[in-house]
Amino acid sequence: MSMKTIFVFTCFAALVLWPLSAGSYGIDLVTKIMIYAILALSLELAVGTTGLVCFGQAGFFGIGAYAAVLLSPQGEAAALWWLLPACVVAAGLYAMVVGALSLRTKGVYFIMVTLAFAQMAYYVVHDTSLGGGTDGIYLTMKPVLGDWLDLDKPLVMYAFTLLGLMLAFAFLSLLLRSPFGRALAGIRVNEQRMRATGFSTYPYKLAAFTLSGAMAGFAGFLFAVKDGFVNPELMSWHQSGAVLVMIILGGLGHLRGALIGAFAFALLQELFQNEAVFGAFAKHWHLGLGLTIIASVALLPRGLVGVLGQLRERLVGRPMRRGAAPIAEVRP
Amino acid sequence: MSEVLLRGHELTRRWGGLVAVDRVSLELERGQVHAVIGTNGAGKSTLINLLSGELPPSSGTVELLGRDVSAWPQPRRARAGLGRSYQRNTVYPSFTVQENCRLAAQARHQRPWAWWRDATACEDTRAAAHDAAARAGLTDWLQVQAGLLSHGQKRQLEIAMCLATGPQVLLLDEPLAGMGAEETERMLGLLAAVKAEHAILLVEHDMDAVFRIADRITVMVNGAVIASGSPTEVRENADVQVAYLGEHG
Repeated sequence: MSMKTIFVFTCFAALVLWPLSAGSYGIDLVTKIMIYAILALSLELAVGTTGLVCFGQAGFFGIGAYAAVLLSPQGEAAALWWLLPACVVAAGLYAMVVGALSLRTKGVYFIMVTLAFAQMAYYVVHDTSLGGGTDGIYLTMKPVLGDWLDLDKPLVMYAFTLLGLMLAFAFLSLLLRSPFGRALAGIRVNEQRMRATGFSTYPYKLAAFTLSGAMAGFAGFLFAVKDGFVNPELMSWHQSGAVLVMIILGGLGHLRGALIGAFAFALLQELFQNEAVFGAFAKHWHLGLGLTIIASVALLPRGLVGVLGQLRERLVGRPMRRGAAPIAEVRP
Repeated sequence: MSEVLLRGHELTRRWGGLVAVDRVSLELERGQVHAVIGTNGAGKSTLINLLSGELPPSSGTVELLGRDVSAWPQPRRARAGLGRSYQRNTVYPSFTVQENCRLAAQARHQRPWAWWRDATACEDTRAAAHDAAARAGLTDWLQVQAGLLSHGQKRQLEIAMCLATGPQVLLLDEPLAGMGAEETERMLGLLAAVKAEHAILLVEHDMDAVFRIADRITVMVNGAVIASGSPTEVRENADVQVAYLGEHG
């Protein structure tokens, strides 16, 4: 078993055991962070795996969240078995439309177009009665699955979110080593080469973008159910930027980087907002958080997942490069 | 009897008033190396781009294995048997040699829906990758990261990646660029070894190598063909001597 696998298992084991030692605040906080971790994983599929720097992931997150509220019947609890897939499909469909159009652009234009689509979704819920305007809307009755799954209970919500995170991580781990995932990795490195090899890259990118949006919708659903409330801020560009920072902080190109990044970002935010630690300065938590992230990115170019490797290189030097070998014999 | 695998007919590419490729026609036959030579800016790479589908022609047609593929996008042409390499290294530096070849071979067996399957466990692609690496002389380097190979090995890997896709036609854009004498010899050996089963278009600046390996040479100047024929015919052509070869003539 590799060190990476051991690390991931340890993280999940710690999350399983966390409620045994945490109070209600701790459980609520980690539930929120796990939802962000799913959102970060979804963005990692687009950015780290496929090379599509999406600046509108919050749009899909918000659509999943709003769908959970808007599709729930008034005055009664929706059944989870259809509400959850409906939210995921709604976000996935929007991602497919956004992707179909935005994937015709590249680089900074792609970033701007995805941002524009997220802002469109933001203003639809912000400026119309559909999404309750700036006040947002409440999910009065949380979805249920028969009598045995009550997501109103924090511990059940925690377990459900943890299960969702584990499934999302396992799914992406399998996906990335599959033929589809390897093709995405090739597209990220050199799309033109992939086309010359025989891969029609557009459908691959669209499928990855749609999956990414659907997964963000799943995170949005969890968020709406956890808080029982949605507002336009869920779709704001700040949110998209925060998720992007999470995966960069954790280390682009690694699923565990998305996990670590989500936890690091949220815990740093908690730390700088803590008045017991920072007193009146806690009001200016954005400054502390921003400076810390700038320092992290500058000092840890490979992200938090690369810390151990960087330390090892400092202590024992870079590993010997194999190469510069004489040209191999040609065998017909 | 000769078997024409790729035929370009009256291919033209214009950018505004600039005619990069001007009514160029050529045929590539199985078992032959057809070299295209010319000074920088003569339109050689643009011609490869037109044949491979990377650029649409302003006019003219491309026929691959007897089918008109002029309207086909590049990936479809590649899957139909048109492999190409680039002037610059386009190997995936963080992948191993095996993974570079395996990914290229995957283009023939894509199966993108099988999300639960380990790509490296697919026997078809693994066998094709190993075979291509062996033909390019890279068997001993399968587990080495491509970014760590020498320049010559990277060029060999480029050819191996082309071979892994199972092509009929190879369009090679300056495969000898930047190579030393020994590496050039190895590459020429590789091309000689694979040419029996393929039609090869070779764009190259190394005139000694071109005249040694090519069965047919086309000379381009300012986007147009000024001569085409056997190496001897081209060497003796007065227009070529004036326009390009200089002392080689």
